[in-house]
Amino acid sequence: MKKNDFKLMVIIIGVAVLLLLWRNLKEDGKGHAIQVEVNGVLRGTYALLQDREIDINGTNHLVIKNGKADVIDARCPDKICVQQKPISKKGESIVCLPNKVIITVVEGEENELDAVVK
Amino acid sequence: MKNSKAYFGMLTALALIFSYVELIIPFHIGIPGVKLGLANLVIVISMYKMKKPQVYLLSITRVILAGFMFGNLFSIIYSLAGSLLSLFVMYMLKGNGKFSILGISMAGGVFHNIGQLIIAIIVLQSLNLIYYASVLLISGVITGIIIGIISSEVIKRIQKICL
Repeated sequence: MKKNDFKLMVIIIGVAVLLLLWRNLKEDGKGHAIQVEVNGVLRGTYALLQDREIDINGTNHLVIKNGKADVIDARCPDKICVQQKPISKKGESIVCLPNKVIITVVEGEENELDAVVK
Repeated sequence: MKNSKAYFGMLTALALIFSYVELIIPFHIGIPGVKLGLANLVIVISMYKMKKPQVYLLSITRVILAGFMFGNLFSIIYSLAGSLLSLFVMYMLKGNGKFSILGISMAGGVFHNIGQLIIAIIVLQSLNLIYYASVLLISGVITGIIIGIISSEVIKRIQKICL
């Protein structure tokens, strides 16, 4: 390995680490909702607090449980979105390339009212 | 030199076989999108053995044929973007002359991933995917070094063969 090869490696890994740091600094907040996009079009926003199951166009099966969203089944050969970990932090996402589905955690709205006093 | 057509066919077949071998020996380490890129081995070696236009043609032929056999139209577009970008960068580094085959192959692996990521960002219209670049950069370095080591060993042993 030449000296320049080593420099190149250090630069690439440096960029990777910077991206990782940037990501972690930017998103430490917990998200409150997930957005489901299909083909670049927003299909729906769902609160993370409420447990539910969502069927996305019959291709991907999304489950929200205990404040986390996870894809448990998909109708595609590689099932990469099923292997991805459950998401709950702001900015995290699960992507299914064959079905063009992106599920992203967004800040969303917290419950507008903490309590109601009459 | 007069056998170059035969060699071209042979290398295409070899690259296709590597694509297939990669399919049946899954290199899954739990990270989606990370592949060894065995077919790149053929491309890196032929960069040192064939003329530039031939290598580009080899790469495109390989991607399209492998896409029709093992993938779909989308996988062809992704692989085409990745392999063309990586080939372009690899030739740039090779022309520069300051890098050994290890560095060239490493850059090839990294830019193969970046090309695919760019297409994914365009197709899905989501810049959020750029966060995934860190994983792809590091995996590109590792697989690129592995491919680079194998390529340099192979090239040492086939010095007498001139395509």
